[in-house]
Amino acid sequence: METKNKTPFPILHSHLLSKSYGSVQALKNLSFEVNRGEIYGIIGPDGAGKTTLFRILTTLILADKGTAVVDGLDVVKDYKQIRDRIGYMPGKFSLYQDLTVEENLRFFASIYRTRIEENYYLIEEIYKQIEPFKNRRAGKLSGGMKQKLALSCALIHKPTILFLDEPTTGVDPISRKEFWDMLMRLKAQGITILVSTPYMDEATLCDRIALILDGEFMQVDTPQNIIAGYPETLWAVQTDHIPRLLKELRNNPLVHSAYSFGESIHVTFNKEWTPNGQLSGIDYPFEKIQPTVEDCFMLLSKK
Amino acid sequence: MLQFLIEKEFKQIVRNSFVPKMIVGMPLLMMLVLPWAANQSIKGLKLSVVDKDHSTFSEQLIYKITSSGYFQLTDVSPTHTLAMKSIESGDADIILEIQDDFEKNLIREGLAHTMISANSVNGIKGGLGSSYLSSILIDYAEELRETYGQSAGGVPAGSIPQFNIIPQYKFNPHLDYKVFMIPAIMVMLLTIITGFLPALNIVSEKEIGTIEQMNVTPVKKLMFVLAKLIPYWIIGFIVLSICMGIAALVYGIFPVGNLFTIYFFASIYILVVSGFGLLISNYSNTMQQATFVMFFFIMVFILMSGLLTPVASMPDWAQKIALFNPLKYLMQVMRMVYMKGSAFGEMTPQFFALCAFAIGLNVWAVVSYRKSS
Repeated sequence: METKNKTPFPILHSHLLSKSYGSVQALKNLSFEVNRGEIYGIIGPDGAGKTTLFRILTTLILADKGTAVVDGLDVVKDYKQIRDRIGYMPGKFSLYQDLTVEENLRFFASIYRTRIEENYYLIEEIYKQIEPFKNRRAGKLSGGMKQKLALSCALIHKPTILFLDEPTTGVDPISRKEFWDMLMRLKAQGITILVSTPYMDEATLCDRIALILDGEFMQVDTPQNIIAGYPETLWAVQTDHIPRLLKELRNNPLVHSAYSFGESIHVTFNKEWTPNGQLSGIDYPFEKIQPTVEDCFMLLSKK
Repeated sequence: MLQFLIEKEFKQIVRNSFVPKMIVGMPLLMMLVLPWAANQSIKGLKLSVVDKDHSTFSEQLIYKITSSGYFQLTDVSPTHTLAMKSIESGDADIILEIQDDFEKNLIREGLAHTMISANSVNGIKGGLGSSYLSSILIDYAEELRETYGQSAGGVPAGSIPQFNIIPQYKFNPHLDYKVFMIPAIMVMLLTIITGFLPALNIVSEKEIGTIEQMNVTPVKKLMFVLAKLIPYWIIGFIVLSICMGIAALVYGIFPVGNLFTIYFFASIYILVVSGFGLLISNYSNTMQQATFVMFFFIMVFILMSGLLTPVASMPDWAQKIALFNPLKYLMQVMRMVYMKGSAFGEMTPQFFALCAFAIGLNVWAVVSYRKSS
C-alpha cells in the first residue's frame, strides 16, 4: 500500500510557529516536518503546547508568527481545502451526545458530502466493534467506545492526514492497545497520522517522535535512535519506600540523578564511579537496565 | 448540506428533555395566565371610612362608593388616628374622612370638605385608588347639584360655567387590560424563542466542544449559524400562530388589521433578535455568561418596552434609551394592528427602526464572529 510513497516526502511542514496566550508562550518557533505515511508522535506532559500545535495545524486558531503547510496547502490561506482533507479528533469527546452512534456517523459523512458506504472499508474494523450499539446515544457509550466512534467519524471522509490529540487519555489499557492496533492498520492504508500523547510507552509505537516541553521540541528522531542516544548508564532499584530512598539517593554525592519510575527508582551515577550493584548505605540491589523514552525525556528536560 | 444540519438540529431539539416542553408550555402559560394576572385596573380596594357626620348625605355617599365595585368597606373608625391604624395593619388601603357638618355645610354653603388618604406603598394602587375615589365624589356632587338645584348655595343657576366631560375610549371601549396585554405578550414570546434559544444553543456547542469538531469540517460558518436559526424561526412562527389562536378562541380578540402585516413585521423582528442572540453568543464562552447577559437585556427591554408602563411617561433620558429597544417597536406594531387596525403605511417609522436594528445587529454579529475565530 505504501510503496508509492516509499521515499520520505513531507506531507506537513511548519516553519517557526509561535503562539502566545497573554504572557504564556505556548509555542516557541517550532519547525518540523512529517513524512507521508508515517505515524508521528508528539510526546510531552500536559501544558507543553501539544493541543495548541494541533489547533493551529487543523486551522482552528491562527499562529502569531510562522507558517505551516498541510498536504501542500497553507493553513491560513487555504484553510477551506485543508478542512476537506484532514481528520481531527480533539482530546475531549466532541461528537453529539444526544445523537445515536449511527446518526453521528451519518451526519459527519453527509457534511463531508459523502456516504458511510463509500469509505466503509476504512472504518469497518473499528465500526463493527461499536455497531451492536448503533442505536445508542453517543453520550451513553463507555470511554473506549466513544474513542472508536470519534475515530470512525474523523475517518469517514478518507482524510489524507489524521490529527489525534491525546486519543488514549482516560481510556483503559485494553482499549488503548486496541486503539493503537487500529492506527497501525490505518497507516497500512496510507494515512499519515499525527498523534499526541502524554504516555511515554506509546511513543515506541510511532515511526518518529518529537519530545515537546514548554512549546519547544527538545528532540526529534525515531524512538530507537532516541533511546540509543541515551548517554549514560541507567540503573534501577526496587523498594517499598520510594520517597525515603529517593531522598537518600539525591543526597548521595555519587548519584547524578534519581527519579521514581512506577515501583522502582531510576538512577544515574557520576562518571568517576562505576557501581557493582551495591551502594554503601543503601540496602537494596541496583540493576542495570535499558533506558526508555521517558528516561530520555527526563534527561532532556533537565537541561 | 444545510438540510442535514437542520435535520440534526430538529433531532436534537426533539430529544432535549426540556426545550420542547418549554416551547409548548411557555406560550400556553403566558397566554392563559399573564393577561389575567398582569392587570392594572384595580378592584376591591379596602376602604376605611371616618364618618363624623352620620347624616343622610354621608350615608348616601358611602353607599355610592361601595356600590361602584372598586371599593370594599372593611373598616369604620370614629377618628382619623384609628383609621390610620387599620392602614398600618393592612386592613385598609384608603381612608375617606367625612367632616362634622358635611350635610349642613353642603346645603347651607354648597361646599363641604372630605379628605382622602391613600396608602401609596404601591404607587399605582394608591394613585388609582384616590383618583377613583375623587371621581366618585365629583360624581356625587354633580348628582346633588342636579337634585337640589343650583340654588343650594344660593347662587343662581347657570352662572357657574361647567364642563361636562364624557370620555370616549377609542379602540378599547371597555378599557379591557387584556386587549392591551395580549399583543405585547406575543412579542415577548417571540423574543425568547427566536433570540435566546438559538444563541444558548450555539454557546452550549462551544461549551461541550462540538463546535470545534464542526469547525474542522468544510461546513461554512454561515451554514452552521443558519442551521441554528432556521428551526427556531419556524418554531417562532408556529408559536406566534398558536398565540393568535389562543387570543381568538379564549379571549375573542382578533386583530383588527391585516394578519399579513403582523407576520411581515414579525419576520423582520425575528432577524433583529436572532442577530442580537448571535452577538451575545459570540462574546460568551459559557452558558452561564450567555444566560446572565441575556437575562439582563431582556429585563431592561421588557421594562422599557411599554409593556406595562407607557414609554411616553418615562423621563426624557429613559425615552432616549427606549429608542434602542427593538421590543418597543414590535409591541407598538402589534398593538396598532391588533387594536387600531393600522396598515403598513402608518407604521413606517417602526419598519425603518426594525430594519436598522436587523442590519446593524447582524453586521456586528458577523464581524465579531470573524474576529473571534
